[in-house]
Amino acid sequence: MSSSSGKGASVVIVGGGVTGLSAGWQLARAGCDVLVLDKGIVGWEASGRNGGGASHYHSPLYAEEQRLWPQMDELLGYPTEYRRERVIVALTEAHLAEYHQMAAKFNALGYAADHLDPQQAIAMAPLVSEACLGGIHVKFGGHANPQRTVQAYAWALQDHGGRILQQAAVTGFATAGGRVIGVKTVRGDFGCDVLVVAAGPQSGHLLAQLDVDLPLAAARAEMIVTEPAPLMAIGGVDGNGLYGRQTLRGNLVYGGGPHEWVEVGDAGPHVRPTTPLIRNLARRVAELMPKVADLRVIRSWAGVVENTPDGRPVIDRLASPDNVVVATMSGVGFGLSPASGRAVADLVREGRCTFADIDKLGIGRFAGLSPDWRSERGWTAVSATL
Amino acid sequence: MAQAPKSDRFALNGKLPRPERTVEVLVIGAGPAGTAAAIQAARLGAQVLLVDEHPVSAALMGLDTPLYFGGRMTSAVQRQARMVEQLVASNPDLERALELGVEVALGTYTWGAYVNGPGAGTLPQPVVGLADEDRAWLVGFDKLILATGARDLALSFPGWDQPGVMGANGLAALLDRYDAFAGRRIVVLGSGDLGLETALRALDRGLEVAAVIEVRDRVQGHADQVEALRARGVEILTGQVIHAAHGGLDGVARIEVGPVAGATRSIDCDTVCLAVGLSPAVELLNVLGGALAMDSGRGGHVPVTADGGATSLPNIFVAGDCAGLCGAGVLGRARAIAQGNAAARAALGQAATPMAKPPRHDALEDHLAWMRALMSVSSDAAIVCQCEEVTLGDLLGVQPPSYLDRPERLAARDIHSLNADGPINQDQIKRLTRACMGACQARRCREQVALILTLATQAPTGSIPLAGFRAPVRPLPLRVLADWDESAAMGEGWDVWFGIPSQWMPYRDIGTEREAAHLALLAGQTPP
Repeated sequence: MSSSSGKGASVVIVGGGVTGLSAGWQLARAGCDVLVLDKGIVGWEASGRNGGGASHYHSPLYAEEQRLWPQMDELLGYPTEYRRERVIVALTEAHLAEYHQMAAKFNALGYAADHLDPQQAIAMAPLVSEACLGGIHVKFGGHANPQRTVQAYAWALQDHGGRILQQAAVTGFATAGGRVIGVKTVRGDFGCDVLVVAAGPQSGHLLAQLDVDLPLAAARAEMIVTEPAPLMAIGGVDGNGLYGRQTLRGNLVYGGGPHEWVEVGDAGPHVRPTTPLIRNLARRVAELMPKVADLRVIRSWAGVVENTPDGRPVIDRLASPDNVVVATMSGVGFGLSPASGRAVADLVREGRCTFADIDKLGIGRFAGLSPDWRSERGWTAVSATL
Repeated sequence: MAQAPKSDRFALNGKLPRPERTVEVLVIGAGPAGTAAAIQAARLGAQVLLVDEHPVSAALMGLDTPLYFGGRMTSAVQRQARMVEQLVASNPDLERALELGVEVALGTYTWGAYVNGPGAGTLPQPVVGLADEDRAWLVGFDKLILATGARDLALSFPGWDQPGVMGANGLAALLDRYDAFAGRRIVVLGSGDLGLETALRALDRGLEVAAVIEVRDRVQGHADQVEALRARGVEILTGQVIHAAHGGLDGVARIEVGPVAGATRSIDCDTVCLAVGLSPAVELLNVLGGALAMDSGRGGHVPVTADGGATSLPNIFVAGDCAGLCGAGVLGRARAIAQGNAAARAALGQAATPMAKPPRHDALEDHLAWMRALMSVSSDAAIVCQCEEVTLGDLLGVQPPSYLDRPERLAARDIHSLNADGPINQDQIKRLTRACMGACQARRCREQVALILTLATQAPTGSIPLAGFRAPVRPLPLRVLADWDESAAMGEGWDVWFGIPSQWMPYRDIGTEREAAHLALLAGQTPP
């Protein structure tokens, strides 16, 4: 490496979001020498700007996620604000039928979900509309505070001897003999035995430098936050086209609705502070919880989230270079992070995931993808002209 | 032949509404700069809408929005009609604007402003978000002139979190715009031009000024004003600082004053007016994505501007204190008016008029001198962020809010460990401590948290990045902000998440004959 070399590590992880930090934490607590590089501050983008949901029943990592979440505060040593369970409330017959179908699917997968009549729904989530038609009680999953969780991963990683270098944008890779031997950054070069790329929307650009094609499209999603409301028994209350949570402080944090596909350059996404879509979000929250329609909206924010062509994660160890592990969670990364980190750590250390079958999440499934896959789906950015 | 591009039913494209109307020139803020800009634009033949949020609702005043009113309003502020009359009476130029055909919308909040730019391309046209007490709406513009003034700089000291502690612009608004100040006897903190002007104004309005307090060893403002105050019997205490404010149910009743290290004495008063400094009100330009720069000589984070107040964004101009502080008193007002005129001329394509730049004054040095002294007389238990009840100790310890457990390992984390991991960023501090996350939208603590972080980490002055502003920049009820008339397209193209059915395929069913049934169920409807 060049004369500006920093102290390398056995494993260098590019991307200090939840997935990379969780992997780094798992590796560090297993005694691995690990360095996480981030172009800015840990958890600064989608990892710290999301709904905090932890209910991704469809994932092969879900059982492990559910096993780990209740232990995370203790395992990490820092609070995540994890709370169990969710309630989904219907304001229309169509939604009620949809939620009942979801409950049937959850139960078929072995995750318990009960039907709620209106009185039961209101008892669990007292802020929801008296006119609600009932809903479902999802007796698994839950939610946590993304910003606090991402910092908890980072600090726990450091407590186990791992290192994090912030403001260290990656500029390239050093390769030799078909392997990646180092990462070049604006803060020096760092040698590695194994490279993990978990850089969210930028993962595609980074891997392209290694002649690896990871098809990703990124879009902006927006959320609003109200001033605190009285605490509900279950903070994870969805419905009326919204996802969100009540924080332990009492704030209602809600998102949903249309996204905007954006182009992500080498410098990463422009995280613009929302659009007038926040009015449509405010309307749906006011409809879902009319008792608190006078609560003030005090901020909004946006996250830029990457998706693969089928919307499913890529968690894979590449065939070439064979010391590179790729992890993109395709829009549902936060909740799964306790398990995705463990899967990535397994791929680094064992070459395979030891606790779940993730073979269908390989990058190889996109071989032969049309080069026009984004425009074929309408996943292209509207040209921004000032 | 090129294939027609597919569209994503759940994308934002084409769903954001057009504004209710579009005006040629939209001016936000009816202070000296904004009113002058509106008048100038009307004289140049433009159709002009001049918007001002005053009189704001009593509820928002109670949240110290937009100014730091400190709970010292009379009940007169409850009477909207009287407040409008008072407002017009206190600003004769508004009458002139109306006579020239300017449309004036008082009591109208500006909560957001949006243009297409990097990372955002789906707006039909540039818009500003407005609201009153009942509803919100969008107005388009050809030219936008922001004349949003300056916010009060709030600094904490023991007892500051009670009625009777307020800002200089809050006091000025209550005295002049509202004629609704509830105090009688005030102490002014700060002896720069702002502090001295504030004390003189208070005397002119028949108030008692118990003292002007200056942390540094000499008075900072102009000698003639010092003489005027002394001639009227006002005591100016230099090298001293407020140690505490004491009071009861009605708020402040007396304060303790003295050197940082030394004996204090009591002064009876019902109001402590923080007149150490002001901060340019740049929230709308920040939300728009306009370029800002730290310039202590102009008051802090200020817009990057060219001639005529042109910002980094096309068709958007700034004038008055929000463009960089114009200074106190008659001279400051004259500069603000000149800038308003110049912005209107520039917006309408007239030749730029050369302007005298306001004298530069190193604002952050003032702010830091005060904050350093106040931290010295304060304690770890003192509240810094009132909404979220964040103490100085918890801020410096980077501790979570009190409703969370504080495990042992957190004791090893503090502002210094965080600083060692990378330069301090106030938005990161917000996430961890909740300082600046409250309902007042950090109006009472944004600047002082940056000052505290600067002092605690010995960061270069002005190096802490601006804690970002987010729409709505005024706290607005859900029912007011809501779009109750949204388009059919918005509802039909609404999905909880991205509307990618295959995203939610149970893993075990991927690649099996069960896929089709799932996709049929999920199409157009995805679970949270």
